[in-house]
Amino acid sequence: MDDFQFPAWVDRARPLAVLLLLSAPPYGLGVLYYGGSPQTTDVGYAPQQPVPYSHALHAGDLGIDCAYCHTLSDEAAHLAIPPTATCMNCHEQIAPQNKSLLAVRESATSGMPIRWIRVHDLPDYVYFDHSAHVMRGVGCVSCHGRIDRMETVYQAQTLSMGWCLDCHRNPEPHLRPVPFVTDMSWVSGEDPAVLGKRLREQYNIAPPTDCSACHR
Amino acid sequence: MSTLDLRSADNTGNDPTRRAALVIGHHDYASVTQLVSQLAERSRTPLAWYVAFAVSAAWAGLFFLLIGYLVFTGVGVWGNNRPVGWAFDIVNFVFWVGIGHAGTLISAILFLFRQRWRTSINRAAEAMTVFAVICAAVYPGVHIGRAWLAYWLAPYPNQMQIWPNFRSPLLWDVFAVSTYFTLSLLFWYLGMIPDLATLRDRAQSRLKRFIYGVFALGWRGSARAWHVYETAYLLLAALATPLVLSVHSVVSFDFAVSVLPGWHTTIFPPYFVAGAIFSGFAMVVTLMVPARAWFGLKDLITLRHLENMNKVILATGCMVGYAYGIEFFIAWYGGNPYEQFAFLNRALGPYAWAYWIMVTCNVAVPQLLWMKSWRTTPWKMMIVAILVNVGMWFERFVIIVISLTRDFLPSNWGAYSPTWVDLGMFAGSFGLFFMLFLLFCRWLPMVAMAEVKTVLPHPEN
Repeated sequence: MDDFQFPAWVDRARPLAVLLLLSAPPYGLGVLYYGGSPQTTDVGYAPQQPVPYSHALHAGDLGIDCAYCHTLSDEAAHLAIPPTATCMNCHEQIAPQNKSLLAVRESATSGMPIRWIRVHDLPDYVYFDHSAHVMRGVGCVSCHGRIDRMETVYQAQTLSMGWCLDCHRNPEPHLRPVPFVTDMSWVSGEDPAVLGKRLREQYNIAPPTDCSACHR
Repeated sequence: MSTLDLRSADNTGNDPTRRAALVIGHHDYASVTQLVSQLAERSRTPLAWYVAFAVSAAWAGLFFLLIGYLVFTGVGVWGNNRPVGWAFDIVNFVFWVGIGHAGTLISAILFLFRQRWRTSINRAAEAMTVFAVICAAVYPGVHIGRAWLAYWLAPYPNQMQIWPNFRSPLLWDVFAVSTYFTLSLLFWYLGMIPDLATLRDRAQSRLKRFIYGVFALGWRGSARAWHVYETAYLLLAALATPLVLSVHSVVSFDFAVSVLPGWHTTIFPPYFVAGAIFSGFAMVVTLMVPARAWFGLKDLITLRHLENMNKVILATGCMVGYAYGIEFFIAWYGGNPYEQFAFLNRALGPYAWAYWIMVTCNVAVPQLLWMKSWRTTPWKMMIVAILVNVGMWFERFVIIVISLTRDFLPSNWGAYSPTWVDLGMFAGSFGLFFMLFLLFCRWLPMVAMAEVKTVLPHPEN
């Protein structure tokens, strides 16, 4: 019986095998890091909502303040999703027969809320308090992006743990005076570093970075 | 003046003027090859192998089923509960890692010290090391509660900006054990390449020729290949040598670095290493005594080999006994009442039975090996080796569980008893171990043929 021999092409394939072995770990890590990162998996999530509500029209062109619908409070951890009644404040009068608003009118009549699809959805094991942020000068735009330019709302930031920690470790560049938190186009009139430092002292901001700050 | 007959079945004489023969019987190169290769070449697997394999595979299957049950239900299926957070999981982990150390010691340290008697047992001992470390590595992976996040043990770039705690001995453990496994596997495989080539050249079926051929990596046995091979083997042996000492030292840091009385002890690293080699050699003897009989390897794995291993067991057993004594001495001499209580509680407390099983098996029983008949009679040494295995398992139980049941605050005291899942997984890990070992015995060269040929006695004429 003949002896087992490796075919001749094995010799030529050897440098390739070495190359593969050397490049596999960095490639794997790269795939893991970039392919599995929220930058890839979560950013840009834009579900189709039951009502084609345009933030670009309402918050952008018409200039309605965020807090008109999403009422801010110093106590609520969750920011309000407006009830249909808020819509009807205007739409009783404005475009009452518009076809796109059919679901809104149905909801107003029946009293059943519209089933909006949550875009910015943190995991259940994360505790997040809106009031702690908006009442200390973190603007809506810092986490949600330019909502006033979005036809359909999409997730602009990663909302990953590392992203949260970036700000908790160095909050100053993201601070603004509280009256301007809902202003999407606000720009600091003075040096942001000086302002951030002053606001941090004024609002007594000491963001926690221990595990139980968010994982309670 | 008596001379030792090189061909006799008893080569255990201790006449210092004569080297004992390491291979007995009238063997030459061809017969050694034949003796070892035919075990892997048999076209018909013996029924006994199937029976043994079925039994151990069934237990291994139970092991994985119970891991599945554990993963889907949670660690509550184990008996671990406050204050005993580590119990059978870590006891078994340390037990199995310890077993592995004999293989590395035989393959690396005895190689560097030119102990030629290692040649006929090193292959099986290295296989045992690899399989024992596999059994060991399962436990830390599944005891973390969320087994699907076990990869968090590794430092890798992630969006959470979380790194493992590099100051924690648990992380050092991850590195120590994974290095150990990698190197043991490489060493085992490298040593096997010439023998795999022998099997390839003798193989009768195309499939076997192909498989052995691929794993033999084109070995032709040229002088240049041997030169490179021996250098590589020597380098790997040098790399593996510190691991014999470091791996179990790091395992002991898991305990010694904490502040718990009974764990917080500077003697732990050397004490653990001695215990690991002790238990490892006991396991090699436990495996080799039946294997040499069943596979007809008595000419290669001689009583001389077994006696040498028993001497190692005796020596390391005495070291372990010394460590037990010193622990008590330091508890008294150190004057720390918590430490004193911890050790009194070991010997006289609710788990005293475990402590005394440990002392009996690890300190008293090995003393039988001072007697030559116990070192050279297979059934007698088998009793000692099995009891040492039992004792070394109980040593880990005593250290881990008893210390945890009694810490500084009496209000934090508790008790531990295993559940059926604990016991099933313990038995199941033995099933996995023996299943892998049986596969090894069936398909791979059990003895390093090429190496054994270098220690054949010179031909008479």
